[in-house]
Amino acid sequence: MHLTIGWLYGTKMNIYGDRGNILTLEQRARWRGIPATTVEIGLGQPIPAEVDLFFFGGGQDQEQIAVSNDLQGTKGETLKAALEEGAAMLAVCGGYQLLGHGYRPHEGPFLPGIGFFNLATEAGPERFIGNVVVDSPFGELVGFENHSGLTTLGPDLQPLGTVRVGRGNNGRDGTEGARCHNAVGCYLHGALLPKNPQLADWLLTAALRRRHGEVDLPRLDDSHELTAHASAVERALRTR
Amino acid sequence: MRIKRLARPDPRLSAALAAAKLTGVAIRQLGRGGGTAAPGVVADRIDPNLLTKVADRLPRGAIVVAGTNGKTTISRMLADMLEAHGWRVAHNRSGSNLVRGVAAALAARSSLTGNPRADIGVIESDEAAFPEIVRRVQPRVILLNNLFRDQLDRYGELNTIATRWSAALATLPDHITIVYNGDDPTLSAITEPLATRRIAFGLADQNRLFHLPALPHAADAATCRACGADLSYHVLYASHLGDWFCPRCDRARPHLALRGTDIHLDGVDALRVTVDYDDRLNASHPDRDTSSLQPAPEHHLHLALNVPGLYNVYNVVAAVAAAKAIGLDDQTIAAALAAFRAAFGRLESVNFRGRTLIVALVKNPVGFNETLRMLTIETGGLTVPTLIAINDLDADGRDVSWLWDVDFELLAQGAAPLFTTGLRGADMANRLKYAGVAADRLHPLSPALANALDAFIETVPAGQTAYVLPTYTAMLGLRRTLADLGAVETFWRQ
Repeated sequence: MHLTIGWLYGTKMNIYGDRGNILTLEQRARWRGIPATTVEIGLGQPIPAEVDLFFFGGGQDQEQIAVSNDLQGTKGETLKAALEEGAAMLAVCGGYQLLGHGYRPHEGPFLPGIGFFNLATEAGPERFIGNVVVDSPFGELVGFENHSGLTTLGPDLQPLGTVRVGRGNNGRDGTEGARCHNAVGCYLHGALLPKNPQLADWLLTAALRRRHGEVDLPRLDDSHELTAHASAVERALRTR
Repeated sequence: MRIKRLARPDPRLSAALAAAKLTGVAIRQLGRGGGTAAPGVVADRIDPNLLTKVADRLPRGAIVVAGTNGKTTISRMLADMLEAHGWRVAHNRSGSNLVRGVAAALAARSSLTGNPRADIGVIESDEAAFPEIVRRVQPRVILLNNLFRDQLDRYGELNTIATRWSAALATLPDHITIVYNGDDPTLSAITEPLATRRIAFGLADQNRLFHLPALPHAADAATCRACGADLSYHVLYASHLGDWFCPRCDRARPHLALRGTDIHLDGVDALRVTVDYDDRLNASHPDRDTSSLQPAPEHHLHLALNVPGLYNVYNVVAAVAAAKAIGLDDQTIAAALAAFRAAFGRLESVNFRGRTLIVALVKNPVGFNETLRMLTIETGGLTVPTLIAINDLDADGRDVSWLWDVDFELLAQGAAPLFTTGLRGADMANRLKYAGVAADRLHPLSPALANALDAFIETVPAGQTAYVLPTYTAMLGLRRTLADLGAVETFWRQ
């Protein structure tokens, strides 16, 4: 068994410490004896067929324009097809927005996405910045949001969870993130997976299942992870 | 040099200055801290133009120092050099670097009638406050040291800061001088359109020990701001700083008027560097673009300092560039730098219960990487016990995501135990776990700094050295703890 992680635009879309998600997926696979490699999928490079698990992070505005352009046509269609066939994915912030129908900024042209998630995003009047706690089917999730995009989910699309602390998708409907097949999108930095190991393991299980059938991942000692989780929740309650 | 107007009586200014002075005294007497910013808040209410008025009355104008990293150290070096030159310096030395902190520092060095008791101002500026500080102070020299990714929840993206700086610089009159790090492609790009005198500095050292093999993960801005292509480097020294060029358009690192070369680093203690420059810098009417001039005789300024690390080499070359831009002589510069002492928490040594603590502020990915590089460059991993203290208050950055941009994987080597504390010490411990630090080396301590310091110091053998790496507010907390125990002076007295 082997795990291949595809890091979409790793050098362009890598702000806010989202690399922590890659490190977490790699290490949690290795600690269970599953070798893991990460391939970067940059501008102009095709989507490799062997990817089990995609990660798509956030970037600066300028970079998101180049990435949106790059995903138009075959590349975006290939990615969308892989996700519809059950490839696992975690997308955060800018990556999350571009898995939807697109992003409408205050100024400048509309940035089309790949339309995998039935959601749309437009620039809002304020920036949501701060710690976030979300109740989700994966349990309590904790992260840090920093976005001005307002994301509205289509009626058929499941949110990742509901916001207990923080603003979430749009500050109005109490939702945060989205889920479809084995893909999860959200606004949670932190990085997300190191402090929410149950979500990391769900993504790993989903990724391996596609090629290897059901796998039962042995439990790990998550004491550092859970302590970090608890202290982040405490800070969230104190700071917002 | 501008001719300064004689100060006319200005009752509003006098009232603001009096209020600022009283507030500063009151805060210090109440033991509430150094009173480094509150006087500026009070004064600002009474006379919002205080900063402009006082700065305008400095006979020799002001130097504003900005950059993500190094600005506190460079400002202190510059202030020391100017004092050695015989000038009285007004300086926000405590590091209070927002508009109000700057106003408070200048108010403290003015008479009640608004006449400065200083010849020149040295003003360290926060990145976000830079446009406003520059607008109010109207400096004669601006020093731009670097721009790195830092506290995204507070400053926004790097491009946002670069664009704001660019707009602020465009409004300045032509007679000022911009001293900038030519190794930083972003600073080169935003200063390129300016008609002012520009002086670029950087490094030119062939020793491979100081070269990075590839851009580190934390590096930003490695794309050409003119054409968008990914930049290449003949030599990369740190983060995205180096001898850069664009493979697509003709842009490249500018001619460096001052070059740091022949670098020698001595662990956590000292460094030596030679700064090469030529006489064109000292010309009374320098050409607008120094790079178009004929070669002139070279000078080699040999410097030895009791501060460590390659990032401090950049700071030294930057400070020397600004000092030469205002005409200080080599002997004064070398003597002042030889006597230079690090600011609190900037690799400061503290004797505590028979151990030597070396305290190094860490505040963003690039700074943290460079600190780790300095501590491990000769030894591989860490060799002495190390306490990392991470807080998430406003001044630290409320988002601790940045810890995942730091290359802690360096610390997987080495045998030294690693301890964590602070409001987000648990995040730090978890980060070290994922960096591959063995479980038996990893010791999370209480989030409370005083308790953690107590437990940490017990693990360090008497007479030995240990490292403490705190974020900004953790450093202040640590400092308070050490001051209460009599190990260090309170910082505002430094």
